[in-house]
Amino acid sequence: MTLPIRRTRTALGAVAAIALLFAGCAPGDDGDDTEAGDAPTAGDVATDPSELGDITLTVWDQEVREGQTEQIEALNAAFEEAYPNITIERVARSTDDLRTTLRLALSGDDAPDVVQSNNGRPEMGQYVASGLLTPLDGYAEAYGWFDRFPESVRALASYSEDGANYGEGNLYGLPQMGEIVGLYYNKTKLAALGLEPPQTTEDFEAALQAAQAAGEVPIQFGNSEPWAGIHEFGFIQNQFSDAETIRNLGFGRPGSSWTSDDNVAAAQATRDWVDAGYFVDGFNGVSYDSAWQAFAQGTGVFFVGGTWLVADLTSAMGDEVGFVLPPAGASGQHLVTGGISIPWAIPANSDAKEAAAAYIDFITSSDAMTAVTEAGNLPVIEADQQTTTGLQSEVFAAWAQAGQEDLVVPYLDYATETFYDTITVAVQNLMAGQSDPQQFLETLEAEYTAATGS
Amino acid sequence: MALAAPGRRPGEPRRVAYLYILPALLVFGLFVLVPLARTAQFSLYEWNGLGASTWAGLSNYRDLFTEPQLRGAFVHALVLVVFYAVVPVLLGLLLAAAMSRAVLRGMGFFRVVLFLPQVIPMVVVAIAWRQIYEPNGPLNDLLRFVGLDSLARPWLGDYTWALPSVGIVGTWVGTGLCLVLFLAGMSRIPRELYEAARLDGAGPLREFRAITLPSLRGELAVALTLTVIAALKTFDLVYVMTSGGPGTETTVPSYQVYNNAFLLGRVGIATALAVVLTLVVFVATVLINRVGERGQR
Repeated sequence: MTLPIRRTRTALGAVAAIALLFAGCAPGDDGDDTEAGDAPTAGDVATDPSELGDITLTVWDQEVREGQTEQIEALNAAFEEAYPNITIERVARSTDDLRTTLRLALSGDDAPDVVQSNNGRPEMGQYVASGLLTPLDGYAEAYGWFDRFPESVRALASYSEDGANYGEGNLYGLPQMGEIVGLYYNKTKLAALGLEPPQTTEDFEAALQAAQAAGEVPIQFGNSEPWAGIHEFGFIQNQFSDAETIRNLGFGRPGSSWTSDDNVAAAQATRDWVDAGYFVDGFNGVSYDSAWQAFAQGTGVFFVGGTWLVADLTSAMGDEVGFVLPPAGASGQHLVTGGISIPWAIPANSDAKEAAAAYIDFITSSDAMTAVTEAGNLPVIEADQQTTTGLQSEVFAAWAQAGQEDLVVPYLDYATETFYDTITVAVQNLMAGQSDPQQFLETLEAEYTAATGS
Repeated sequence: MALAAPGRRPGEPRRVAYLYILPALLVFGLFVLVPLARTAQFSLYEWNGLGASTWAGLSNYRDLFTEPQLRGAFVHALVLVVFYAVVPVLLGLLLAAAMSRAVLRGMGFFRVVLFLPQVIPMVVVAIAWRQIYEPNGPLNDLLRFVGLDSLARPWLGDYTWALPSVGIVGTWVGTGLCLVLFLAGMSRIPRELYEAARLDGAGPLREFRAITLPSLRGELAVALTLTVIAALKTFDLVYVMTSGGPGTETTVPSYQVYNNAFLLGRVGIATALAVVLTLVVFVATVLINRVGERGQR
């Protein structure tokens, strides 16, 4: 069954010919470099979308959890009603799916008009560096975003034009919701143990011990989608390290070290808590959704989770669930990981940027913040002007305290373009006992120093 | 009757034949050859998939051998070959031999049941098995029920057991295919051969070695080719069941291609990996078929 030699040669020739076609045309060099230089200035931004003519606005979002879908669909409908000349084409994907498809979509000529692009160097930073997102400063001035959104919020979606600096420079996205990863607790179970929500790390460890002695699962946790590990370790690190250190490490800025004593203590505590059996059995084989659902059904006294679960947990647990900031440890502060939900940005290749900006303004307006609240979520601004009850009001109080006392520290995977991969694997290894705290920290330190040059 | 061109014997290839295959060739070229060539080209650059790229020569290929995570992916693929190919073929042979000897009532039913995993979409298979392997899933419940509490574990979160757990799903899927192939092959073996062997005093084992196995050489080659390829390019099971975890215990080449290209923005590494994987699959296929053919002579 061998091919005649002649035919093999023809096939090889064809391959060679095709290869020649591409010679001299390197990947990513399409010749139509739309640099982000066409950013508008405030003066020529048309802020009345009804004058823009008939437009189809393609919007890619990841608002698929309960409460999120509800509010975004309501806002989309209201936008279309207010501006009948604009039709919204909504493409909703899970966070993971959006992350993988966005890369191709942004670099294409037929890019969406509005996208949710995760902040941090692994995603938004790379897109900015490649000139794929539109700087929003002109729109921000025209719509007054600079006044409505505080510096601390804008910084999380600001980059220098070359993407090298994070936390300053141009504004590339606007968030709709605030987001903090705090401590959910089961009120009934904690009361049965005769305990108050923990204020300090000591309280917390005592509560974990008491829960275990009472035969409860102290901390519900699922880490088979390994990003949950970033939140879990961040929650522990926040109790040991100070804000400055965590911010330097998280934003990928020089000046701190993963191997400092406070981080060693945090990594050691993580190991100790695993060894003590404070986390649910087999957490590395449990998915994130199974974990919070198990917590909602009454397995577990504590659950470390983000405010994106408020709507889901409220409808599952009602008044039985509470929320507090992480306990204060060595630093004496209730530092909390988080910041903003995934910001809304305008691709550089969008052909309806003005309508896109109008849309972003619409879904972040004061009315929208109320809609966000009513759907059970945490609006990024004007949270103090909303009326809430139950779990939501506890979350709002925690958010307000975090804002006033400057307690929010960034997600650790923001640090470098590949830090997401590094830290998720490292945390799984640490918590499974595959690596000791020293090895864990050295892995992270190596990538941090390589990226920051410190 | 078409007139044969002068000086040309009927049946001899003519240039016009290329015209007939042109449409297929165009589609093939556009969707297979061009992407393949592009992939090979990308693998020589350092590129994040977004901006400009820089020429990297063969450094991406060197990284495949020096980065432990990438090397590990190939090792895991080899382990999976055992679970996806070797075990199903052996099991398939055993089952087929047993089923063809015994006169079983409801034979068709058993064949359908064993073949069923082949028909179910892999993602559905993966989700179902993920549930089975959960810390409080049916598998652990069963183990605890029969008193084997010490064996119960979070299968997919366990550093030792995650890869075999994924592999066993592959075995479960592949066995039915092998069985059906072998049964079909065995049904073509003339009964007289077995009768003759029996008259000569051969036992069941001898019969199997002297008649069944040599007659199944073709089917064996097909079964091995299909299952080895499936093992080497596994993606869906790993993606849905473990995302390559815990740690990097279950990463496989295809998963690393995806991870590097779409999540880490290392398109050069990803495409180099894809090229090597293609070559490995190609070589494995050629080898298996060579061995299969040699025996036929």
